Amino acid sequence: MPEQVIWGMEVFLNGLMAGVLYALVALGFVLIFKASGIFNYSQGVMALFAALTLVGIMEGQVPFSHLINATFGTEIHHFGWHVPALLAILLTMAVMVLLAWLVNKLVFQHLVNQEPIILFMATIGLAYFLEGMGDMMWGSDIKTLDVGLPQGINPMIDEVTYGIFGYGFFIDNLDLWATGIAAVLVVALVVFAQYTKQGRAMRAVADDHQAALSVGISLNFIWVMVWSLAGFVALVAGIMWGTKSGVQFSLSLIALKALPVLMLGGFTSIPGAIVGGLIIGVGEKLFEFIVGPLVGGATENWFAYVLALVFLVFRPQGLFGEKIIERV
Amino acid sequence: MFYREAGDFKTSYAEDTQTFPIRFDRYRYFAVLAVAFLVVPFVINDYWLNAVFLPFLIYSIAAIGLNILVGYCGQVSLGTGGFMAVGAYACYKLMTAFPDVNIFFHVIIAGGVTAAVGTLFGLPSLRIKGFYLAVATLAAQFFLVWLFNRVPWFYNYSASGQINAPERTIFGIPVTGAETAPWATYLLCLVFLTASALIARNLTRGMAGRKWMAIRDMDIAAEIIGVNPLRAKLSAFAVSSFFVGIAGALFFAVYLGAVEVGEVFGINKSFLVLFMVIIGGLGSIFGSFAGAAFLVLLPVLLKNLLVGGLGWPTDLAAHLEFIIVGGLIVTFLVAEPHGLAQLWRVAKEKLRLWPFPH
Repeated sequence: MPEQVIWGMEVFLNGLMAGVLYALVALGFVLIFKASGIFNYSQGVMALFAALTLVGIMEGQVPFSHLINATFGTEIHHFGWHVPALLAILLTMAVMVLLAWLVNKLVFQHLVNQEPIILFMATIGLAYFLEGMGDMMWGSDIKTLDVGLPQGINPMIDEVTYGIFGYGFFIDNLDLWATGIAAVLVVALVVFAQYTKQGRAMRAVADDHQAALSVGISLNFIWVMVWSLAGFVALVAGIMWGTKSGVQFSLSLIALKALPVLMLGGFTSIPGAIVGGLIIGVGEKLFEFIVGPLVGGATENWFAYVLALVFLVFRPQGLFGEKIIERV
Repeated sequence: MFYREAGDFKTSYAEDTQTFPIRFDRYRYFAVLAVAFLVVPFVINDYWLNAVFLPFLIYSIAAIGLNILVGYCGQVSLGTGGFMAVGAYACYKLMTAFPDVNIFFHVIIAGGVTAAVGTLFGLPSLRIKGFYLAVATLAAQFFLVWLFNRVPWFYNYSASGQINAPERTIFGIPVTGAETAPWATYLLCLVFLTASALIARNLTRGMAGRKWMAIRDMDIAAEIIGVNPLRAKLSAFAVSSFFVGIAGALFFAVYLGAVEVGEVFGINKSFLVLFMVIIGGLGSIFGSFAGAAFLVLLPVLLKNLLVGGLGWPTDLAAHLEFIIVGGLIVTFLVAEPHGLAQLWRVAKEKLRLWPFPH
């Protein structure tokens, strides 16, 4: 087999892995959109915020230490303890639930029945707020996140592929883990939505707010729950991305990539988010590999968006989205 | 007391359809123009020019442009930064290719080029709506910035990849480059802003604007009463991009002088202009001014207050700015979805009846 093809296959596999991570972020978008019709732009920043909080708790950082130091002239940075990863994750989750409650209480309860575009803009405002808040609480320097996930080349795949092609593929262990975790997460979410009481209530709210209200489902509870779920997904995505490339601002930009993923897959479909993520991941890696050198590289910046744009012109509701029916 | 329409009789159709039907409004408008053109140029200095006036004037043009698209036509665009970059690079290429032509025309042609690019990226709006369109315009943002970064022709093969504005003059007075007087650049931008606002105001009051608003309010219904959605949407994209392109050209040539496209015209610029439009008020020309003024002044104020007054480090002040801007946007949307312009309208209504409550 020619070398180019083998390299291409490696790029393909790596693209699949990257796609899983995009899909993880996109999942959070879909959850909120399905249940409340809010297109939550701040999902990416929530992932960043979750990752920052997780690192902060694990390292025992004092929240707002910069602010406190600047105001009172003190020199405090750390509490001096280290929290084990699992406990820190639980604590972070608690923070995300609190955040979900606050967001619902302070913002979206007041915006019920507003136009979708107003809600969308509110989430952009929320994104800015969270971004500033995260940096304010935990400082803006790039942090490393290590919750004990294995990293580095996977020797087994390396050996097996070396045996077949005479060339070992470089597949990161972390990506394999991410794939596994994403799969578990998706199955869990689907089971939750299909078979539990709260999941049914969530789908009922998604279907028709007023009808759900009239049969006694608490909208507030469902919305807080959905935002918490999205916070949980954001936390998982934040851990994955954070471990891979450090916890930094670009995390929220990577999350922007979830938008074309959603457009491909359709805003309302969980399988769509997964398939869309894979297509974008593979597509941009292969495009960079094949066309990138011809046009000067860094095509990853825009390929996903342009692909989604071209795709949408032919199929406006995405791959798995519900058919758009317009009534007057 | 003075703000009354009583006694202000209209005796011709022209008077009846004028922009400011109330006499006090009209005088105020001329007074503002007089101060802007006749007083400010004499007192302006470098700090005020670069920190407040130039950004305000240029962002106002961009906000007017985006307001036409988002506020009047209802098509959300996140590609403003990319379109500003088109204006900047078109202006740069024109300035270097035709050094003898006056820069005034370069800026206008740069707006025209941007209008063409904007129309091209507006084409998907015929098929897709709402969020899908918003994300689709992100394609314009990222693709255009990448294009200007990677294709050397656009930056004339310069080693740094930056574009630098050469010195150009109008009536023998330098307006770009290193040797500019504050009043000259100020007046140039002010002329462009005044012209843009006048054009935008009259477009939105006329047939074009009504078509845009019909599309915004309900596109299917608009189509049924005879608005051609293709022409309405694409004309909104074209006009909007024209203003945004002019803003981009001025931002590069007059304000910054040297531009690295990824930093200056990145996605953040798109959001900044969008926020100006939201905070100012969707579908209002005055709102564009108010939003631009607000978001230009806020960082300057915060910086002076926190860094200068309290001695905070700059990065901390920057974070607080993010929090405040984000919080304000949410607060505005909750309290007053129609922005500063709506507050202004309410105030005027109150003023008309003052001192009586009803």
